[in-house]
Amino acid sequence: MLGYLGHPMTDAIASPESAPAGDALVRVRGLTTRFSGRAVFDGLDLDIPRGKITAIMGPSGTGKTTLLKHITGQLAADEGELWVDGEDVARLSREGLFKLRERVGYLFQNSALLTDFDVFENVAFPLRQHTKLPEELIRDIVLTKLQAVGLRGAARLMPSELSGGMARRVALARAIVFDPMLILYDEPFVGLDPIALNQVLKLIRTLNETLGITSVLVAHELAAIQQVADRVVLIANGKVVAEGHPKEIADDGSPWTRQFFGGEPDGPVPFHYPAGDYAADLGLGETA
Amino acid sequence: MTQRRSYAVGTGLFIVLGFAALAYLATQTTSLVNMSQGDSYTLKARFTNIGQLKDRAPVKLAGVRIGSVQSIQLEPAKLDALVTLSIDKRFNQIPEDSSASVLTSGLLGDQYIGIQPGGSPDSFKNGDEVILTQSAVQLEDLIGKFLVNGSPSDKDKDKTKQ
Amino acid sequence: MTAQAKRRNLLLDGLAQIGDAGLFLPTLLAAVPRSLRYFRETVRQLWFVGAMSLIIIMTCGLFVGMVLALQLYHVLEIFGGTASTGTVVALSVYRELGPVVTALLFAGRAGTSITAEIGLMRATDQLSAMEMMAVDPVAYVATPRFIAGIIAMPLLCCVFSAMAIFGGHLVGVTWLGIDNGTFWSNMTSNVDVWKDVIDGVIWKGLAFGTVVTLISVHQGYTTPPTSEGVAYATTRTVVASSIAILAIDFVLTAFMM
Repeated sequence: MLGYLGHPMTDAIASPESAPAGDALVRVRGLTTRFSGRAVFDGLDLDIPRGKITAIMGPSGTGKTTLLKHITGQLAADEGELWVDGEDVARLSREGLFKLRERVGYLFQNSALLTDFDVFENVAFPLRQHTKLPEELIRDIVLTKLQAVGLRGAARLMPSELSGGMARRVALARAIVFDPMLILYDEPFVGLDPIALNQVLKLIRTLNETLGITSVLVAHELAAIQQVADRVVLIANGKVVAEGHPKEIADDGSPWTRQFFGGEPDGPVPFHYPAGDYAADLGLGETA
Repeated sequence: MTQRRSYAVGTGLFIVLGFAALAYLATQTTSLVNMSQGDSYTLKARFTNIGQLKDRAPVKLAGVRIGSVQSIQLEPAKLDALVTLSIDKRFNQIPEDSSASVLTSGLLGDQYIGIQPGGSPDSFKNGDEVILTQSAVQLEDLIGKFLVNGSPSDKDKDKTKQ
Repeated sequence: MTAQAKRRNLLLDGLAQIGDAGLFLPTLLAAVPRSLRYFRETVRQLWFVGAMSLIIIMTCGLFVGMVLALQLYHVLEIFGGTASTGTVVALSVYRELGPVVTALLFAGRAGTSITAEIGLMRATDQLSAMEMMAVDPVAYVATPRFIAGIIAMPLLCCVFSAMAIFGGHLVGVTWLGIDNGTFWSNMTSNVDVWKDVIDGVIWKGLAFGTVVTLISVHQGYTTPPTSEGVAYATTRTVVASSIAILAIDFVLTAFMM
């Protein structure tokens, strides 16, 4: 059982800035995943440094969410290795995996709040499941986390009464209730109005700076990412095609970055889904 | 927390209600109701024919139920049926020269034992035997008798058929 | 696709569903020790699945008893056997109508809500979220509902049957004028506590409860995460449960005879 007061990741958050450059919290080597024959990842190599905000970008369908599922052990890769905080995820037992997940926060795209419970109970849920803390302490922790996301006043609302942005912030409060070493954000900006988007951005930044939580973002919103991310990793065709500081990566000159950050409709990512000869499909081929 | 408790209370009520319903069904609507009627004493009675009398059939006096049939056995030596009756302790004033007969409720109804009280000052005690008994009236016999004693023309018709 | 091929597909689909649900049962049972920690959740589900079904079960039980008494009285009158009305009401309710009608209502009331609830949890990633919070969704979501359904069904059957007897008494004695003593004595001398009440109400209730909740939980758990998926799964719960109830009823009756 993981005690809230134990701070198991104390070492990790003690000095995020002074961590050596080679110290990666998540290390991926030669990761290969196939969905019904199609390779989503084809020998992916990736390091996610501690205490930084890393954004993972890429055209739709490049398996960014799949990568998050690999990191949390929800999905096993076909080949390759993946370590999180020095532990080989594929080799972990169910208990080991659950132990690891208690130290990893995951923000779902649609928040995934439990509809049976109100906001307070949603945030308290992991505490109630994994600890036997007295009610007053649970109350204090939950209210602290809700205060951090600015929703202490909404503690007794039901998830159905929340707006999309509020639900995402509640989900964030729930994800950080154990003070995790790593938070994975799956499309945190989708469907948010500019105000809510900036609120979430601010939270991501604050959590990273004050708690030193390593953050991994999967998102498409370039402007938002440039504000918040320390590093951007561009994945396409199952491989990392570019990585670097968000300000610099757009200028590295590769056709991938030019198309992706320039928003060009055609390029290395073709406009047309692979198809046979157009003329033949229309019946204008050799028969004519 | 109050919300959680109210679920628990409601669920508890539901379970209690369910078991109460089961207890009601099991004890009030089945043969258990006849067995568990407190203290009783037994009487024996011999019949040459008991018809369709079954275990647990009621024993009635003046139409009121006073007990039930506990067991039915064939007496191998005398070749008649030995019926053990279980009578409620409250009815311990039945004269010992009373008679027992196998009766039918209605034309096609179930059979039961009817007790016709006698005039003796002494009453039955536990394990006593009812000496005066009358066997079941067999409907087939009754119909047969009626046919035999019926009008001659009917009889002739009957014969020609055979 | 030809009509024949379609029919064969439907058959194979059905078989695959049965096999899938059958394989889901060990998963559910294996999670029982782990879900003991979530005892409170089981109690809460018992409230939703059992207590919340009480009103419909009681109302229907009452009316089934009333209509049985009404019908049987007029049929038995032909043979001069109206005294047995109570007996026949009790026997038909305990042996068949009680468990079967309760199970059908239970599938419609509780089964569909289990399927829709779990299906929506699947569609909105709540099950994955639990996985991510290191909470086993089978132990926390599926098994408590399964256990609650198995406990609730026999109890609901008892309540239904009691209400049916009450309804039968209401019509038979109060309305049609059968003698009160005759009604009860006839019933009590013909109904056997083991063969009728326990075999019928309890065992059949348990069997139907197990099957209906297994189907509901399985359908919910394997719902495609779309709104049509949830709608389709809910329909399938009712259809599959109804067929399963009646088929199993025949088999059980044949064994108990």
